[in-house]
Amino acid sequence: MINFAANTTYTLPILVHAAVPLTIIVVYALVAIWGERKVAGFIQDRLGPMHVGRWHGWAQSIADLLKLLQKEDIVPKDASRFLFKFAPFMMFAASYAAFAVIPFSSGYIGSNINIGVFYLLAVTSLLTLSIIMAAWASNNKWSLLGGMRSAAQMVSYEVPTIATVLTVIVVAGSLNLMTITEMQAGNDILGFLPNWLIFQNPFLIVAFIIFFISILAEAHRVPFDLPESESELVAGYQTEYSGIRWAMFMLAEYADMLLLSLLGAVLFFGGWNSPFGDFMSGPFWEFFWFMLKGLLLVFVMMWIRWTLPRYRVDQLMHICWGILIPLSFINLVLVALWEVIF
Amino acid sequence: MELTTILFYFFSIATIGAAAVMVFSKNIVHSAFALMFSLIGVASLYVLLYADFIAATQLLVYVGGILILILFGVMLTTQGRSFDYKTITVNLVPASILSLGVAALLIFVFVKTDWMISEVAEPDQTIYDLGMLLMGDYVLPFIIAGVLLLIAIIGAILMATRLSSQSIKNENIE
Repeated sequence: MINFAANTTYTLPILVHAAVPLTIIVVYALVAIWGERKVAGFIQDRLGPMHVGRWHGWAQSIADLLKLLQKEDIVPKDASRFLFKFAPFMMFAASYAAFAVIPFSSGYIGSNINIGVFYLLAVTSLLTLSIIMAAWASNNKWSLLGGMRSAAQMVSYEVPTIATVLTVIVVAGSLNLMTITEMQAGNDILGFLPNWLIFQNPFLIVAFIIFFISILAEAHRVPFDLPESESELVAGYQTEYSGIRWAMFMLAEYADMLLLSLLGAVLFFGGWNSPFGDFMSGPFWEFFWFMLKGLLLVFVMMWIRWTLPRYRVDQLMHICWGILIPLSFINLVLVALWEVIF
Repeated sequence: MELTTILFYFFSIATIGAAAVMVFSKNIVHSAFALMFSLIGVASLYVLLYADFIAATQLLVYVGGILILILFGVMLTTQGRSFDYKTITVNLVPASILSLGVAALLIFVFVKTDWMISEVAEPDQTIYDLGMLLMGDYVLPFIIAGVLLLIAIIGAILMATRLSSQSIKNENIE
């Protein structure tokens, strides 16, 4: 049906263009899983993985991946088969689709559309649905409880996330992530600080703190990992999954973490702009700086995971509706006032 | 065939197929997930029409908001018995007659109307013009819609708090 011969000039570049973030995500996920275990090890005064691949166990996640690929694909007898099989792929597709609007460097962005951030927030709302889908289709009480918690948590924390993103948009005046990055170029603040948005407006520091807490909750990281809290819910919505489908869940979770961290890097820390002005800039260095900023935020997430205990459900909801949402809206008004006055 | 045409047919068939599953499924949660596929299909059709803002809004509001609330309602109201979500068929004859009538009317309108066909052109910026219109020409309807939603939210909160305080009183009496 598809006339590939006539469309090759067209289709192949599109596919290659679309596959670039995929390579980045997969390589990052392998490194990040190893990194998380090393970070956990060092924080708890252990060594972490040390054997596979000789040097500090660097090949551990590759070995884990190969193991997961070989495992049996178990579907519970009373599960809703189609939804059970479909949910992990939908979850990964949702977080992968959102990478389309992330500007990795001045030379590469998947799709330079005007509604960038808005599209990203809209597509990531599919993550919630795929978690509910997995939870319900498993026909397991742990899964269902985890799914309900996750849905409540993600729907609630979407509000402060969107409110803080809105604060940045008030300052930047654009929804396009490329434009937001480009306007943060240069080092003019106090003579040496880069023109990143977090330095441009004091209230944006508050916005960043709210944003970071919210993305911790949206990515299901400790202290907000109630949907999969292993000490009470076995593994939450992932309980019945095994093999490659479970691996897709892990990949989607790590991709989501990277996505939200990169979004934070674009919105507050100048995206692909070098912190030293023109020094070490150019498309490849820009990619390096961008990933460095994103991975630093990912590292902070891991650090928090091995430092803080988990919140209770009622505390989680109180933090969101009682503190973060009012604070983020007050902050929005203050940022807007600052922009009008200065 | 043009790639866009193939995509259009793919998403149209997916939308209609999912809608059919939604209507005919016996399991109400399956219906809800079929509705999700249908809504995503509609959003993709908006994208093919270069209406990117509407498409993202469709995803955020319907898929990310309303559908999750529907699933939440369904799952919470049946007290955790996960395999009791059945839909039932009532008033089969009047409903079929009515829907056949509506279908006939729609097909009649579709055939009779003189459709204005214009070449699709990608607009430079959809959201800028949209924002200007919302804050300029259509600011009054925009504000009225906002106030209406606010009233609805306050009403919902009022009903919810009244119910919960009553149930607390009942518990105390018992």
